[in-house]
Amino acid sequence: MILHKKRLVLALTGCSLATGLAVSAFADNAGDSSSSEAPYQQLVELGFPAPQEGELVHVPPTMADLEDADIHPELKKVIRYGYDLFTNTQQLRGENVFNDMNCSSCHLGEGRQPFSAPVWAAAVTLPDFRGKNQHVNNLEERIAGCFAYSMNGTPPAYGSDEMLALSAYHQWLATGAPMYPSQPIYGRGFPAPGEPDESPDYARGEAAYQENCAICHQNDGAGRYENGEYVFPAPWGDGSNNWGAGIVRVDTAAGFIYNNMPLGQPRSLSDQDAWDIAYYMTSQERPQDPRYTGDVAETLERFGPTFHKRSLYGQVREHDGHVLGDHANFGEKGDIQPWNVGMPRFENLSDE
Amino acid sequence: MNKKPWGKFSLLMGASLIGGSTLAGVAFAETGDAERGQAAAATCTACHQANGSGMNIPGGESWPRLAGLNADYIVKQLHDFKEGRRQNATMMPFANMLNDQQIADVAAYYSAMPITPGQGGDDVDDALLARGEQLAERGDWDAYIVSCKSCHGPNGTGVGEVFPGIAGQHAGYISNQLHAWQNDQRHNDPQNLMAAIAKRMSDEDIQAVSAWYATQDVSAQVGSEEGEVAQ
Repeated sequence: MILHKKRLVLALTGCSLATGLAVSAFADNAGDSSSSEAPYQQLVELGFPAPQEGELVHVPPTMADLEDADIHPELKKVIRYGYDLFTNTQQLRGENVFNDMNCSSCHLGEGRQPFSAPVWAAAVTLPDFRGKNQHVNNLEERIAGCFAYSMNGTPPAYGSDEMLALSAYHQWLATGAPMYPSQPIYGRGFPAPGEPDESPDYARGEAAYQENCAICHQNDGAGRYENGEYVFPAPWGDGSNNWGAGIVRVDTAAGFIYNNMPLGQPRSLSDQDAWDIAYYMTSQERPQDPRYTGDVAETLERFGPTFHKRSLYGQVREHDGHVLGDHANFGEKGDIQPWNVGMPRFENLSDE
Repeated sequence: MNKKPWGKFSLLMGASLIGGSTLAGVAFAETGDAERGQAAAATCTACHQANGSGMNIPGGESWPRLAGLNADYIVKQLHDFKEGRRQNATMMPFANMLNDQQIADVAAYYSAMPITPGQGGDDVDDALLARGEQLAERGDWDAYIVSCKSCHGPNGTGVGEVFPGIAGQHAGYISNQLHAWQNDQRHNDPQNLMAAIAKRMSDEDIQAVSAWYATQDVSAQVGSEEGEVAQ
């Protein structure tokens, strides 16, 4: 299987803030030297690349900033609700969420953290064309995708209180950032680690997983509950994201792991370990892709070019011959069909 | 461990299913007996008290509450004291007096005790408590301090034998331990998980979070549940 590797993120050491660097931050932070003069200096010290000339560097406001913000109190309430949904998405369990995840399980730091797919970026870059579903998506549709795939659920309705609150939280985090920025965004997404010396390997990945990850995520990948409340998310299995989630792509998983795990020790794993663990993790079973046609090969053929070319979906697992995703297990949601998946858009627009 | 139904795919995972007892990387064979533990704990009570409450000693070496702590966590700490993985001049001679069976027994004894209230968090101002709550519940990602609850669990009541309950622990003890990690005087945490965070905390952060957890009343929660699991 050939992995489509994303471009390397160039690590710059000792890069000072150049004139071309666009820095935006919440106005109340402007006088705070730690955020306005050298944003994300802490990350640089942890081994992350420093912001480079020409990048958009945005420091999202915090919930403490919200209290001081000069916006309508009703809006504050809605943003607080959005934050609450984002960090405790399990409150929608059984309605919109059918696995053990919260939004903040993957988007660490409450969605503000660079290199952890900070979500404010979606608020300033959408609507835009999205390769995954081949049409123009707005912020709500993007969030709906997370519910259908990453939460193995079905989204709250467009315009619903939950959807509006989540959107408001995203947009609040983008406060001060330019709409449709022309510059690349510092720390966007889960940038993949450098090319590994050796092709990602299942056995090496299993060993590295047991050594570095299992103490929290468990030997069997089930994650961990305590007193009925989720603590450590499940990297695979029914409690995890389904086969359609972005993080089943090996390079995305490697990027998440490398930049964020083990928790509190980002970039402590080698590039090779991150790729191997990602390969091992994405070689495990999880709930079926909601786009499943009833046949894994057919589903792969249909969604390979736009998505699964970067995952192991439909591939034969070498050590035991198992075909990944060859099952009709949709996890806890059973036969609930996420209403947004496959929904046609803009069919009447003609080409120019 | 896996409480979720996994259906027909369980076979695929069979090879990697390993019992929870090896989670900490150390397996202890002895089964603890709380009754025997009571006898073996006679020397512990001078500091840890008869009810396992320990004692907060401002400016000194606070004695941690053991009541209701996870038995396997206590077992690991006692072995670590004995074998030098955790250095403490006060504890070492007492840990050395216990054999493996007695360690299991005192752990079972203390873990089954009802949790007692934390001490030492009452004399701090609201702003500091609010900072403590933020660090405990949400962390401070701008300083790359992840929330305490992300490992110590909801309300800081602990997760299994690896991540001890810290809610209702004495402020002086929590603070001393965080400083010990910060200064490389304590390093028996798995994978450097605690030390990495402690080193990013300011003195004020440590004071704040120690006070906040000390004021969290978890005494209503039963310690016996963990005790049962341990046996």
